[in-house]
Amino acid sequence: MPADPKAVLTGVHFLNGDVACCEGALAAGARFAAGYPITPSTEIVERFASRAPEVGGVFIQMEDELAASIALQGAVWGGAKSFTVTSGPGFSLMMEHVGYAAMTETPCVFVDVQRGGPSTGLPTLPAQGDMMQARWGSHGDYEVIALCPNSPQECFDLTIKCFNWAEDYRNPVVLLMDECVGHMTEKVVIPPAEQIEVTPRHLTNKRPGDYLPFKPCDNMVPEMAHAGDGYRFHITGVTHDERGYLAVTSQAQDKLVRRLCDKIRNAAGQLALVEEEGTEDADVVVVSYGITSRVAERAIRMARERGLKVGKLRLITIWPFPEHHLRALARRVKTLVVPELNLGQMVYEVERVAGGLSRTIGVTHAGGGVHRPEDILAAIVEGAQ
Amino acid sequence: MSDNLILENAALQVEEALPESINPVEPFLRSDRIPHIWCPGCGIGTTVNCFARAVMDSKLDPNKIAVVSGIGCSGRVAGYLNLDSFHTTHGRAIPFATGLKLANPELTVVVYSGDGDLASIGGNHLIHAARRNLDIKVICVNNLIYAMTGGQSAATTPESCTTATSPYGTFEPTLNLPHLLEAAGATFIARWTTYHVMQLAKTMKEALLHKGFSFIEIISPCPTLFQRRNQMGDGLETMKFYKEHGKTKHGADTASLDLTKSGDIIIGKFVEKKDRPEYIDHMREYYTQKLGRPFEFQVKTC
Amino acid sequence: MAKGFVTITAERCKGCGFCVEFCPTHVLALSSAFNFKGYHPPYVQDAEKCSGCDLCGMYCPDFAIYGTRIKAAQKKGDNHAG
Repeated sequence: MPADPKAVLTGVHFLNGDVACCEGALAAGARFAAGYPITPSTEIVERFASRAPEVGGVFIQMEDELAASIALQGAVWGGAKSFTVTSGPGFSLMMEHVGYAAMTETPCVFVDVQRGGPSTGLPTLPAQGDMMQARWGSHGDYEVIALCPNSPQECFDLTIKCFNWAEDYRNPVVLLMDECVGHMTEKVVIPPAEQIEVTPRHLTNKRPGDYLPFKPCDNMVPEMAHAGDGYRFHITGVTHDERGYLAVTSQAQDKLVRRLCDKIRNAAGQLALVEEEGTEDADVVVVSYGITSRVAERAIRMARERGLKVGKLRLITIWPFPEHHLRALARRVKTLVVPELNLGQMVYEVERVAGGLSRTIGVTHAGGGVHRPEDILAAIVEGAQ
Repeated sequence: MSDNLILENAALQVEEALPESINPVEPFLRSDRIPHIWCPGCGIGTTVNCFARAVMDSKLDPNKIAVVSGIGCSGRVAGYLNLDSFHTTHGRAIPFATGLKLANPELTVVVYSGDGDLASIGGNHLIHAARRNLDIKVICVNNLIYAMTGGQSAATTPESCTTATSPYGTFEPTLNLPHLLEAAGATFIARWTTYHVMQLAKTMKEALLHKGFSFIEIISPCPTLFQRRNQMGDGLETMKFYKEHGKTKHGADTASLDLTKSGDIIIGKFVEKKDRPEYIDHMREYYTQKLGRPFEFQVKTC
Repeated sequence: MAKGFVTITAERCKGCGFCVEFCPTHVLALSSAFNFKGYHPPYVQDAEKCSGCDLCGMYCPDFAIYGTRIKAAQKKGDNHAG
C-alpha cells in the first residue's frame, strides 16, 4: 500500500544519513520510537522527537537501552510500527531483546550506527565492528535480516525496506549504518507518498478463538494480532507451541526454532540485495559494504586505470548473507578482496562461501577513519597476480 | 463422610437441584493449563483470585486488559490468565508495558510480576515508570526471594534470612518498596498480604480504576524455599503469621514500612494521589499546547 | 438450612489447607483420600453451615474450590464474567 502522505517529506533535500533514516521510518509508517542517546545515532531520534508529534506519533526516551529495546516491542503489540536506534555499546545492551523479538516473532527495526569499539571505543568515529554481532549477538539460534546503506539516500530507502521486511517475516530487522554514512550530508530525493510502497502488518482476520499467534502460514510466518482486539492471546519468550503456551521439550524446541531460522534462510534469495558491476570478466572482485564501498569504488577505478580487470560487489543485504552471489563469483574469479572497517568479520563469510574456489584477501582497518584507496588497491594488485 | 475421588457436596439437603455455578475466577483462566506449576501453599494463585474479582467489580472490558509479566514464579501469572498477556524478559515487563500503553492508550495495562523481577533487575524501570506517573497497574507479589531459580536472596529479603545465596544469612539491608515508589512519584501505593484477600481484591479494583501509576505489594508465602529454609512452617502457617502480624495502617509513613524476618507487617493503602498529571494525559495536553492544535495519539497505525 | 454450597475440583488441589482453615463456619476438613497427585483434598464436613461466601474460593491458590450462594446462583448471570 502507498505511504501515508502526512508523514512523507516529498522533495529534494540535503540531509545527513541519520536524518534520512528517520524520514524513512516515518514514510514507512513508524509512529513509535523508544531510544536512548548514544553517539552517533542520536540525531535519528532527535529528528523523530521533533517530527513524530506532528503526525500523532510518540518518541519516548527510555532510561536505558534495555528498556528502549523492549518498549518498542510493547508498542508493536499495541498496534504500532516501531523502532529504536543505537550504536555499539547500546547494541550490546539490546541483545537480549533482539533475541526476544526473534523468539516472539515481533516485527520491529533496530538501527545500529556503528562506531569504533570495543567498549566505549571511539564514540564519534566510524567503524564496521558490529557486523557479526548483528547476526550472532543474542544467545541461541535465530536469524536477523540486516541491511547496510552507503549513502543518506540509501538510509532513507533501506529503512523503508527494513520496516517492510519486518512485517513480511515477523522478525527483527537491523539497519547497520556507520558513523560516516550517518553523519554524511548528501542529496536525498523523497518521492511522493503514493510512489513509496509500504507493507501493512499481516493481521489475522480469524475470529477470536481460532487465532493462534504462532501458527505459521504457508510462508512459515504466522499472522499478527494486537492486544485489545479481543483475541486474548499469549506471547512468551520461553519455547512455546502454536498457541504461545510454554512447551519446554526438545521436540517443541526443534519445531519452533528451526522454523524461526528457516523462514529467513529459505527466503535468503529474495532478501539478497547486492550491487554488482564489472564482474563478468573480472580477475578480482572487491566485496565491500557501507562507507568502505565508497572508498573501494576509488580503488577499483585506480586498478582499472592500470589495466586490471576488477569488478565490484557491494553488499546491501548483510544478513542473510548473499551466498548465491558470492558462490557464483568465487567460481569464476581469481580473488575476492574484502576491505572492512574492522579486523576481519564479513571476510570470514566470504571465505566460507567461496569454499576455496577463489582466494580471499581481507583488508582490515581497526576503525576511527576510512581506508586509503591505496591500501585496497594494493590488495587488488596482489590478488590479480 | 464419603471419600470419593471427586468430592461434591452430596449431603446438601435441598429439595430443588443445585443451580448451575461457575468458579468466578474460571473465565479468567486458561483452564487447559491448570493445574499450574506453583507449589502447595504458594500465595500467587490466591492473588489471581483477587485479581479476577477486581476485574469483574471494576466493570472494565476484559478484552481491553493486557497483562505483562517478567520472569519468575509470579511472572508465570501472564501465562495462566485468559487475557491478552505477555511473558517478557527478566526485569523488563514495565518498559514493555510502557510501549504497549503508549501505542494504545485505551488498554488497561497491568504488570504482574515478582519482587526480584520488578525491584532488583527491574528496579530502574520501576522508578522511571513511577516518575512518569504512567497509567499502568503494577502488582508485585513479594515472597522475599528469587523463588523460580531455587531460592536465592533478593533485594527484598529481610536481614538474617537463610537463602541459597546467603547460607550464612542475609546481612544486606532490605528494600522498602512502598517508600521507594513514593519517592519516585507513584500515585497509588498499597500493601496487603495473601491472607487479606477481601482487602486485596478491593484495592486491586481501585488500582484498576486509578488514573496514574499504581503499585500494590502483596506479601506472599514461598513455603518451598523461603519459609522452609528459615524454619517458618508451610504456606498455611505463613498465612496465619500474616493474620497475626498484619497491622493495617492506612496512610502510614512509607518510611516505616520496612519488613523484617518475623516482625509485624504494616499493610494498607499508603498513597493515593490525584494531583499529579498522568503521563499520557500530560503528553496529550502538552503537545496540544505546543503544536497549537489538538494532539491525539495516532501511534497505533496498523 | 444451608445458604450456599461448595464445589471442589479435587484434581487441582494441592492440599495447602487454606480453605479448611479460613472457612468462617468450618464447613470443610481435609479428606483422608488422595487425589491423583497424592494430595488430600478437602471435603464438606458440615454442609448446613455453608453460606456460599466463597472465601474458600478467594483463598484457594489452585482454583480448586469455590462457594456459591444459592439465591444468587438461582438468579443466574450474576457470577458470570468476561
